[in-house]
Amino acid sequence: MATNTATIRVPTAAEAILLRPPRSLWSNAWYKLRHDRLTMIAFGILLLLALLSAAADLFAQNVFNYTFEKQDLLNTYQKPTFDPPAYLLGSDEIGRSQVVRLLYGGRVSLAVGFVAALVNLTVGVTIGLTAGYFRGRIDDLFTWFVTTLNSIPTIFLLLIFAAIWEPGPVTLTIVIGLLFWTGISLYVRGQTFALREREFVVAAKTIGAKPTRIMFKHILPNILPLIFVLAAIDIGAIILTESALSYLGLGILPPTPSWGNLLTNATSYFVRAWWLVVSPGVLIFLTVLCLYLIGDGLRDALDPRLKAEK
Amino acid sequence: MRNFIIRRLLYAIPTLIGISIITFVIVRLSPGDPIRFFVFGQRDITGEDIERLRHAYGLDKPIPLQYVDWLIAMVQLNFGQSFIYHQDAFQLLLGRVPATLQLAVVALALQLLVGVPLGVIAALKRGTWSDGMIRVFGVAGHAVPAFWLGLVLIIVFAVQLRWLPSQGMLTVGKDVWDLPDRLRHILLPAFVLSLTGIANYSRILRTETLDVLSQDFVRTAHAKGLHERTVVFVHALRNALIPVVTALGGILAGLVGGALVVEQVFSWPGVGQFTFQAAIAKDYPIVQAATMFVSALLVASYLLRDIAYAIVDPRIKAG
Repeated sequence: MATNTATIRVPTAAEAILLRPPRSLWSNAWYKLRHDRLTMIAFGILLLLALLSAAADLFAQNVFNYTFEKQDLLNTYQKPTFDPPAYLLGSDEIGRSQVVRLLYGGRVSLAVGFVAALVNLTVGVTIGLTAGYFRGRIDDLFTWFVTTLNSIPTIFLLLIFAAIWEPGPVTLTIVIGLLFWTGISLYVRGQTFALREREFVVAAKTIGAKPTRIMFKHILPNILPLIFVLAAIDIGAIILTESALSYLGLGILPPTPSWGNLLTNATSYFVRAWWLVVSPGVLIFLTVLCLYLIGDGLRDALDPRLKAEK
Repeated sequence: MRNFIIRRLLYAIPTLIGISIITFVIVRLSPGDPIRFFVFGQRDITGEDIERLRHAYGLDKPIPLQYVDWLIAMVQLNFGQSFIYHQDAFQLLLGRVPATLQLAVVALALQLLVGVPLGVIAALKRGTWSDGMIRVFGVAGHAVPAFWLGLVLIIVFAVQLRWLPSQGMLTVGKDVWDLPDRLRHILLPAFVLSLTGIANYSRILRTETLDVLSQDFVRTAHAKGLHERTVVFVHALRNALIPVVTALGGILAGLVGGALVVEQVFSWPGVGQFTFQAAIAKDYPIVQAATMFVSALLVASYLLRDIAYAIVDPRIKAG
């Protein structure tokens, strides 16, 4: 009889969580993300921008019937109009289609952001893990180098490098990647410090695992979630830096278009054509905003400690 | 405390050496011969003259030796003559410092006076409409490209409305001490420069205030029957302001870096614009002087931040 009543009893909310099939960190995060409307919208917009930029050739040929370099000196400074569609966002000082140029520019700006972020994540994570795991001399050297690099304003260093060395787009991307890793590596190092003392690392060491295996197979998976958060914010910061540099005429140089260098001439013609100034900036702003929102959303979804708060 | 400060001062030395190496290497190992820029446009120069110049500037020595020479001169604030102005690079740079300082001070004041209250308001009105707006601003403020915001503000306030000037520090022909005129000039660039910091501070203060408000001593203060205003401003805010001190280092770095772009947009005759022009013209002594100067400034500000933090929070010294 007593057992019967126990089985009928309705489980409490806490028990209900215990009773449901277990979720891994990732599936749990995905579940939370799907219910985070703001993050999903941001993700959608970013994806749309990326797809539009990736398909720039298709759009230029089929929708706008206007190539990237095509000029039309009879139709300079056209206001935004639906007819012809190429002037959807107006035309510039030599009659080029702003919307087509923006699509191609997006391709470059997004590519720079993602590739440079990949470079700095690889560098930052590797160096951070190494310094945090081995400590001692290696860590001293690391701390010295990071403090040094952090004491020179990045944009200063980048601008001087770009002005003096005049790098091409690929070199510039890699250099940006090599300058932005300090934040990530400091974070990874801190986490590694804490994790290397934990039982599972000691256990792995006991059975003779090599340092590289411990760092990448045992410690890294534990840090990975928040690395994604940092990556999203990082890409945003890089896109902003690249656009400023290109605007100043030192980053991605014409004829290669980028959202930043579309604004370079803006200073001289904004009195006649303000719409040419607005659109590239709005796209940069929108992209970076989406990335930051995704970063925030990921942080909420991936950090189990925040569960109680929301 | 004295030991802490001395230890912290000693830590700054290797950092400064590191900065000097980077500054030297990035310029000295660049492609192209500096002498070529030096004699650019002078037709009657012979190869022999170039060799003599190279020797005079010590450019024929091995690179590490050149670094040591450069370092010794640099410690005496001698960065050499500007290739373009043919004057002492450091003196020229110093001439541009007041302009940047004005801009940075006004921007910093704006950040604190706007950012801190915004964060506190958001925390006190948690979950409301105004909290939402401030939080959106906290993210959006970081995402705006500063140079673009500058352009847009120039279009709106200088070109369309004609309320504010778009360029420079003061109207040509006006008295140098014409304060209203200077204020009108500094408004737009200072605002653009301060935006990231405002967003930053509003975020930090919101999180901190919420954190502090949930602590026991605030509940005790409430239980004592203290006025809400006293609890917030005397008990809570004092503790919530600690991270403002910590964030200051990063904020200053942001100001210095941001000034470079903002000064360019608004033709502000400061250190940033000067460095930019020198970099374009490959005027290496000025580029090196500027990089060292700005970085040394940052090292000093990180130092001050750590000391201030140790004063505000005595636990730090132990660690």
